[in-house]
Amino acid sequence: MSSKVNKTPRGLFILSTGFVLLWIVIASFPFLWTLWGSFKVQGDFFSKADWRYALWGTRTMVETGGAFTGAGYYGAWVQEEFWRAALNTGIVVIFTVVISLTLGTLGGYALARSGYRYAFWLLMIALVFRAMPHITLVSGYLLPFFQWNLWGHLPTSIIVLVAINQPFTLWMLHSFFLNIPKDLDESAKVDGCTQFQAFRHVIIPVMWPGVITTGLFSFLLAYNDFAVTSMLLSESNRTMVPAIAGFLGSTFEEGNVMFAVAAVVSATAPLFVLVLFFQRQIVSGLTAGAVKG
Amino acid sequence: MKHKTFFWFILPSLAAMFVFIAMPLVSVVVQSLHVEHEQIMVVTENCGPFGCTEQTSVDAEATAKLREEKPLGRFNGLGTYFDRGHLATSEVAAAWQARSSLGDFFSRLYNLPLYKAIAFTLTYTFLVTPLVIGLGLMIALGVNRVTPALKGPTIFVSLLPMIVTPLIGSLILFWMIDAQGIIGKTLQWIFDDPDLSLKASPTLTWITLFVYGVWHSAPFAFVVFYAGLQSVSHETLEAARIDGASRWQQVRYVVIPHLMPLAIFISLIQLMDNFRVFEPIIGFSAEANAPSLSIIVYNDLKGDVIRFNSAAATSVLTVIGVTILLAPVLLRTWRDFKGKVV
Repeated sequence: MSSKVNKTPRGLFILSTGFVLLWIVIASFPFLWTLWGSFKVQGDFFSKADWRYALWGTRTMVETGGAFTGAGYYGAWVQEEFWRAALNTGIVVIFTVVISLTLGTLGGYALARSGYRYAFWLLMIALVFRAMPHITLVSGYLLPFFQWNLWGHLPTSIIVLVAINQPFTLWMLHSFFLNIPKDLDESAKVDGCTQFQAFRHVIIPVMWPGVITTGLFSFLLAYNDFAVTSMLLSESNRTMVPAIAGFLGSTFEEGNVMFAVAAVVSATAPLFVLVLFFQRQIVSGLTAGAVKG
Repeated sequence: MKHKTFFWFILPSLAAMFVFIAMPLVSVVVQSLHVEHEQIMVVTENCGPFGCTEQTSVDAEATAKLREEKPLGRFNGLGTYFDRGHLATSEVAAAWQARSSLGDFFSRLYNLPLYKAIAFTLTYTFLVTPLVIGLGLMIALGVNRVTPALKGPTIFVSLLPMIVTPLIGSLILFWMIDAQGIIGKTLQWIFDDPDLSLKASPTLTWITLFVYGVWHSAPFAFVVFYAGLQSVSHETLEAARIDGASRWQQVRYVVIPHLMPLAIFISLIQLMDNFRVFEPIIGFSAEANAPSLSIIVYNDLKGDVIRFNSAAATSVLTVIGVTILLAPVLLRTWRDFKGKVV
């Protein structure tokens, strides 16, 4: 927008800059505040006397001698063994992402290359499945899982998350594969490849951008899940999000709420890093579905 | 692609969806038609010096055994659907008979758990969705005008509320709006009311949840709209300008029609996601004042006694709700598809 006619008038420019800055504050302040507050004691984070205590750490000075304290983190990670939950989250997330991408790539590729009517219907069914509230599915699992002794184990949750993730993964990879020219694998087939060989040698080398983007969203779904993991995992196998909810349920007493604050900050940190490195992929993934319509 | 090849490619994915999405839906329907076994009664005769008396008591052991063996319970037909916890037909009928006005009828209806949940869920869905689209569009238009140096950081920061775990995001805000937290204190200061608490009144709880919903989802709308804005045709804008269109008219008649398909896409996704609102209510501890359909299912499953049939019946009703919500979209897509084939 370099032409003179197009130049934004000064007033509008200031207005939009102001609005954007306001939005930046609204979007980021809660995170900064909680990060800052997680190094204080509860008397500062929830200040009865003056909210500015949280800024200077007045009570923290009195109680611990320094302006910052790692007591919340120590309590959460060591005392309440939050590291177990973090480890479980790691396992669940890695396996969910790998398995859903494997299944999704095969299925998405098939859907993108089949012009038959049933491919359309499968996509529609996947859309309806995507809209199902997760908790209603969980209420279907619970009784059979109790019966067959499947309840409480990590693999059960992983496979359930993979399945819940499939509709979305299929849609997304389907639209990515539509963008890869059909001629690529057609010519490979002309040269004598079977469909699978064409997929293996021609499509797999060029599909990674789409797969990585889809993988990011599978990661987020598995990482952020509360409905499935809180209902299907036993206490010792809990992942981070249900563990945080557990902190609040059982131990809402002086000092312990800071464990939850520290755990919340710890669980947000990986997401922050994710956005830092994969901002471009996330944005392209969000818009991919929209542009296709 | 040949049918057979297609089948083998899609099989793993289809199998996963069939076993863990389609079957649970069947399981939910079956569970909702059953109810826990009644307690087994035994009649014992107590004979004393003044004659014999018959005494009925619960055979706890036999009951537990039967419930253990057949956890599904006995067939109950549609009984669970019409009881007080769900559609509550008799209560609704009574409320209709006893109504003094339409408002009175609705307030009576609101006291029934399922109708309260429906009221909240629908209000949340149909209030948050348009607000998200509006705010997202405003941010996108704003970011499009600011200096390029500010654009990257804005997008980075905007992604955070959207990407953060819903439960965690709502907890963060929940701590801030606490009467002793920073936003809570500030509001008390603004309204000059030291007893003001956002948690106390149902109305304020609802508003808090709406605000959270918009905060959480507006970035999604923003990112999609912002991408759409990059492809607005400069020629059309130029032409509009030459024809004397004001800045507002350019937005109204060129930009917004261009973004319309995106708005439809966003509202579809948002309707689906907002209808199943769940984690924020847990995070804000608002189950009592603002239950959603997902929450009442969760409470049935999480209680000391798990009420499978009750949870299942609510689930079935929720699924029906989702289908009704999606029906217009599905019909439209079907018509488009048929149009393409013919």
